[in-house]
This record gives sequence, structure tokens and C-alpha cells, in this order.
Amino acid sequence: MIVGGGVHGLATAYYLARNHGLTNVAVLEQSYLGSGGSGRNTAIIRSNYLTPEGVRFYDRSVKLYEELSTDLNFNVMFSQRGHLTLAHNDASLRTMRWRAEVNALQGVDSDVIGAAEVGRLVPQLDLSDTAHHPILGGLYHPPGGIIRHDAVVWGYARAADALGVHLHQGTEVTGIDVEGDAVRGVQTSRGPISTPVVVNCTAGWATLIADMAGVRLPITTFPLQAAVTEPVRPFLKTVVVSGSLHVYVSQTARGELVFGAAVDPFPSYSMRGSLQFTESVAGHVLELMPALAPLRVLRQWAGLCDMTPDFSPVMGVTPVDGFYLDVGWGTYGFKAGPVAGETMAELVATGKTPELIAGFDLARFAEGRLVGERGAAAVGH
Amino acid sequence: MLIPCPLCGPRDALEFRFVDETVRRPEPQSASPEQWRSYLYLRANRAGAVTELWLHRSGCRQYVVVERDSLTNTVTAARLARKEAVS
Repeated sequence: MIVGGGVHGLATAYYLARNHGLTNVAVLEQSYLGSGGSGRNTAIIRSNYLTPEGVRFYDRSVKLYEELSTDLNFNVMFSQRGHLTLAHNDASLRTMRWRAEVNALQGVDSDVIGAAEVGRLVPQLDLSDTAHHPILGGLYHPPGGIIRHDAVVWGYARAADALGVHLHQGTEVTGIDVEGDAVRGVQTSRGPISTPVVVNCTAGWATLIADMAGVRLPITTFPLQAAVTEPVRPFLKTVVVSGSLHVYVSQTARGELVFGAAVDPFPSYSMRGSLQFTESVAGHVLELMPALAPLRVLRQWAGLCDMTPDFSPVMGVTPVDGFYLDVGWGTYGFKAGPVAGETMAELVATGKTPELIAGFDLARFAEGRLVGERGAAAVGH
Repeated sequence: MLIPCPLCGPRDALEFRFVDETVRRPEPQSASPEQWRSYLYLRANRAGAVTELWLHRSGCRQYVVVERDSLTNTVTAARLARKEAVS
């Protein structure tokens, strides 16, 4: 039984069926497939993180994404157009050098480049030294890029369904039955289901689902807002990120510019947008690329980010037998979808925690083994 | 979102800094490492009525205990934190 019909839940179900031959699997989704974080992220894929654990994990995800269209027989439109993180001060450059060295050690294509090369990649950037936040250089990651996030959800859903997985939309989990220290079943808005295994693949509601099983989580839920402009002729190839300005910009295949930011300044389960976000993101984008001033914002939206104290996810077993976690996905959940599905499926099917996610266990918080991921999008440098 | 600061009156939430949900600190001398780390990391993260600590950073610079609905962001009460032991 998998709770959450987003990319994580659907990928877990798909790999359970494909890699382990387990098709007696149901995915429960309270709304429609991909209605949560999977359809609300800014669709950026990359693996240039800071911790070796993070880099190895996300690199496997990039590899799976590269093969995904063939694997699912569904075009997910993965465009590896390069990912550029800008440095506006010496501290950023130092962190980038650190990241580049960790990346190189793990075999990930990633390097620190100077301002002149930044200008060759993205001529629209304001490279003058009179800018409020002058651009000193950047961390360039050629395999990074953007993808059609809805297609990933649809592709996994269709492939899982074809293998015999049961997908239940409009089915809200209202309780989890635990006897002794083991899962016995779930209560849903459409009736009870008995099962020895429940995988919590939710984002936003992860704490509430874990509460039902009596498992406490180190998570606080913050909204993150994003916005999209009217479509214009393609001019921006690279995904441009500025940690100091809390903004990232990419141009979709349709020509719209997608803007994302850091999480909102206080936690909430509300997904209402705010004028403060629009003003701040527009201001920061114009600081980077003044020529975008005439562009109009078409719409903005928010998604829920389950932030953990160390900006790494929480994956694996819990004190409740049969209750598994694939949560705490903060601002990096979508890019991890395939590898999270692959590893969670292996854990559920074999009972052994894969090496790739061993460091992300819930017990690390009680035992003081945090995996401080300062390469995450919500972290200012 | 407006927060009714007990000293300054209703002010925009952007004047404040969200600190944390209110959690009771265990006795440092007697707490086990597990209890201390639970206090550091585990959060109720409730959907609905929450009690939180905020700092009126751009106003009176006082810590304020705020009661809020985390589903709607409606603030129902705000009190000076120094008048009560919250953490």
C-alpha cells in the first residue's frame, strides 16, 4: 500500500512491479495523480549537490531520468540544457569549489567557471561590477536541465498500471491500523484495506500520515511559490540559479519563463500565493536580467515543502514494522523521484536498506548523524 | 497575514521572524541524548491550530507567542512571550 500518487509513489509502485515482480500493490491518492508537489515544482533536474550521499543519490536519479522516455515508452521531454548556479560573493565561490570537488570525486560533470564564461553561456545576464549583487562566477553543471513533470507522473502511472498496479484517485487515507508494533491496514475515505505494508510517499502531508502510525517526524512544512511568464521566443538555454537572490529561472519548451524562489518565511499548509513573493521574485530576476522588464507574469502558484533540519530526505524503516518513509523532500523531491522509487521498492521487496539511502534513515536524528545538504535550493550561501 | 503585536498593534507578518513552534526544553542536566535530540529536531507540524514563537524583528523586537491556524493562516491571538514560560 503506497500513500501518495505523485512521482515518488508511482515510481515506487512501478519499480516494485518491474524490478521485483510485485503487482499486488495499490497507490492511494487523495486528489488526482500528480496534484501535489509533482505538478507544482519547477521541473529542474540536477545532481551537483554538496554531500557525497546527496551527489551519489541524485546522480543515479539523473541516470534514470536519461533513460526514462525509453523505459516508460512515454516522452518525458528531458532537456539536459545545463544548470548554472551564480556566485555573487567569495563565500558562494568557496562553497561552489567545494561542491565541484565533491562532484568530481563522484564522477559528476560540474565545474566552477569565471564571469566571462558565464556571460558566454547566458549573454542576457547583467555582468557589470556595479550590479547590487555582482556576478563573480558560477558552478556549471552540463547534465542538469528541465523536464516535463506531468509527463513523468503520467508515464510512471501508465507503466505501473500496465504491470497490474492498482491506482486509486480520490481516495484519502484517514487512519493507519497498527497492532503491537506492526501495520495491519489503512482506513480510507472509500473504506478499509488490510495490508502489512504502508509506504508514506506524501509531500506536504507527510507528518499527518506518519502521525496516524504513531511515528514522529523531524519535519516542518513550508510553502514554496513559483511563477510563469507569458511565452516568448526561445533565448535562454541554461537553467540559471542564484542562491544569494533566492531565485531560479528556466525557459520551457513552450517559451514561458519559470521562476522559483526559496520557501516562504513561515510554515503553513496554505497554498495561497502572496504579492510579496511576486514583487521579490520579479525584482531579483530583473537584477539578473534587466532586459526581461517588459515580460508579464501569467500565473503563480505554491507547493508544500517538507523541510528537514539537515535538508536531506527521510527514507527507510520506522519503529513500526511495515511502515516505511519516503518523506522530507523539501525542495528536491521531484528530481529524486526515479531513484527514490527504485530504492524504496528494493527496500520493501527485499527488506534490506539499499546502500544509496542508508544515510537518510529516520534514526539519524536520534543518533546525531545528520547529512547537512547545503547544496539544496532553499539554502542561502 | 496580520499579527496583533501586544505592544505595536496589528502589523504585517513580514515585520516578524518565525522562530519555531513552541516546544518545551527538557532539563539539560538530566535529559538523555535521545530526549535532547527529540527536542532539537522532532516537530508536531500540525495542520490546524498551532502555537508558535515569533520575533517582532522590525518592530518592538519582543518575542511573541502567536496562535494561528496553519491551514488558513488566520491569527487568533498574540501574547508577549516573556510573560509565560514557553520553551
